[in-house]
Amino acid sequence: MNHNEYDAIVVGSGISGGWAAKELTEQGLKVIMLERGRSLEHVEDYVNEHKEIWEFPHRDMRTQEMIENYPVLRRDYPLNEQTLGSWTNEQDSPYEEIQRFDWYRSYQVGGRSLLWGRQSYRWNKMDFEANLREGIAVDWPIRYEDLASWYDYVEGFAGISGSKEGLDVLPDGNFLPPMDLNCVEQDVAARIKSHFNGERHLFIGRVANITESRPEQNRVQCQYRNRCWRGCSFGAFFSTQSTTLPAAMATGNLTLRPFSIVTRVLYDKDTRRATGVEVVDAETNEVIEYKAKVVFLNASTFNSTWILMNSATDVWPDGLGSSSGELGHNVMDHHFRLGASGRVEGYEDKYYYGRRPNGFYVPRFRNIGNDKRDYVRGFGYQGSASRTGWSRNISELNVGADLKQALTQPGDWTIGMTAFGEMLPYHENRIFLNREKTDKWGLPILAFDVSIKDNEFAMRKDMIADAAEMLEAAGVKDVRGRDSGYAPGMGIHEMGTARMGHDPATSVLNGHNQVWDALNVFVTDGACMTSASCVNPSLTYMALTARAAQFAVEELKKGNL
Amino acid sequence: MNRRELLSMIMSATGYAMIGSPVVLAASASTASYRSAEFTDSDQSLLSDIADTIIPRTTTPGAKDAEVAPFMTKIVDDCYSAADQAVFHDGLVAFRDHCQVRFGLDFSELSDQQRTEFLSEADQTARSYPRSQGSPAHYFIMIKQLTLFAYFTSEIVQTQVLRLVPVPGRYDGCFPYQEGETAWAI
Repeated sequence: MNHNEYDAIVVGSGISGGWAAKELTEQGLKVIMLERGRSLEHVEDYVNEHKEIWEFPHRDMRTQEMIENYPVLRRDYPLNEQTLGSWTNEQDSPYEEIQRFDWYRSYQVGGRSLLWGRQSYRWNKMDFEANLREGIAVDWPIRYEDLASWYDYVEGFAGISGSKEGLDVLPDGNFLPPMDLNCVEQDVAARIKSHFNGERHLFIGRVANITESRPEQNRVQCQYRNRCWRGCSFGAFFSTQSTTLPAAMATGNLTLRPFSIVTRVLYDKDTRRATGVEVVDAETNEVIEYKAKVVFLNASTFNSTWILMNSATDVWPDGLGSSSGELGHNVMDHHFRLGASGRVEGYEDKYYYGRRPNGFYVPRFRNIGNDKRDYVRGFGYQGSASRTGWSRNISELNVGADLKQALTQPGDWTIGMTAFGEMLPYHENRIFLNREKTDKWGLPILAFDVSIKDNEFAMRKDMIADAAEMLEAAGVKDVRGRDSGYAPGMGIHEMGTARMGHDPATSVLNGHNQVWDALNVFVTDGACMTSASCVNPSLTYMALTARAAQFAVEELKKGNL
Repeated sequence: MNRRELLSMIMSATGYAMIGSPVVLAASASTASYRSAEFTDSDQSLLSDIADTIIPRTTTPGAKDAEVAPFMTKIVDDCYSAADQAVFHDGLVAFRDHCQVRFGLDFSELSDQQRTEFLSEADQTARSYPRSQGSPAHYFIMIKQLTLFAYFTSEIVQTQVLRLVPVPGRYDGCFPYQEGETAWAI
């Protein structure tokens, strides 16, 4: 076998790429995983993991230099001293905003699997049927039942902690023991359940942090440090490095190549199949071709679509998968940054021990059963209760020993929750190639033209009002609704642009994530999504990827690819 | 705590969002030509005296013990916008003038009681200072914020005043608390 020839190529090493590599190598395929960013070794490259706050030069404050260097990242929390260096260099890799779009990228081995929020929820049956029922966009080519066993499988291996609640709206899974709600959250949960007659629920978040050690995976249970985004030597949270990469490497079938920017899928129009990919080395600019029978695109939602747009342009000017007219369209995210918070009286004799890297979850309750709103779909909440610390306002104390003493002690309990809402797939929300502008490597950049619309704006009213109503029903004082404003992309749950569907005329991918126009090319990251649900999407990418990889191996064996 | 909530909760004891934090930067995104002036040794000394009045040594270390002044000026130099830096530097001048007018003395020459009285007045003035979106805060808000931030994030306070547990190992959501016990570090 030529050293540039493999059974399969996986483009990208984040959450879905790691899963593709693990599944394909475990099935015996020789795989090369191409990552455009730097190498990042588990444990040894977690350079900030053990630092205490005073060991950061600005103790996690942003410098003006950081702000200048990261004009996009600075728009929200991702720009901070703890994760500086994990994010894409914005000068090297610009993009164009027809309308504001916040694109938070991480080009490194492991990608955003090292930075993610780890909230892990199944979609429900309704999520896969909503487009069809409401006549929106196109129908999903799969149903919950197609993914259920794959959810079981990926939850089992990734390690998701959570409680079983028996709710149709948020199906239970294959969970490790749940983390605990604190005493305030427990009481608020009970009051909400009682006040809303069991129709609204608050329980501990389902999170990809293991609560039981797994020596067979070389992973130690969560130590409650709440600094996951700095990397975790315990391997307590799911990342490519902690979980899928070691499994793939253990097969002896994986080659990992960092600094490998895939510029296009090589396409043979006679066989209507991909033959491999073209790579430019990010450090040397050397152009290399890799050949394979199967290509998995897991480059992250917009970069997977960027590769398609740049591929087979001699056959389709707008790229591989563009025959449907949908490539690059239907951009989705979760709209959020609004909710409510307030002060909780009592519990002065209660505190907590440990820093829980998780909060509570309130699953969707709108437009379910007999509830009908002036918008479609719904939203869920994430939040937590805690005691305020030294940064709180004490208006009656100004300077001196009393102020000092007060601030060294914990303050009032507060509770807050933030809504994450479903965004509909709109054809006009799109990305496209701007061939006039190029990046550091001379490659055309993406342009974004995306906005939220009437359905989302109507939903946002409920997202604030319902949060306030629930907190007030739970006896929380000084409840304040809040809308911090949202721009598309801020959810960092980007989805769509190469959607799955039943029909090649209206979708880019079929029900097994194969590109209709090149059946040996699979796209299993967020690009494939046909609608967005309101739950965090990564677990679904894992399930879709494992399912597609299994299918790809079967098809290879049958000689169909 | 969910990472997404962290920054929305960075409010300082001054009633203002932390200057230099994303909450404030969203309002004033000007980043041009930072570092408007240099801090002198006299500035460092004055800031140290002010900080030690805001957070005096008691049974636990004070602001001077935590060596807050060099860190405060580092934050102003590296993290503040040019406009906020100007307010801060002008504020130190105004502070000195005001102290002379009021007492005929430098701040360093005041008694502890005079220092507390003078800063309490400054705090009241700063709190009633008109706020408008995107405009700089009163300089005393900045000094007080930086003092508290520098103090509570210092090694000596994190390790000796607050309760620092680098690796908790478990989570107890109903942990008992007795009046007077200090908060967890971070």
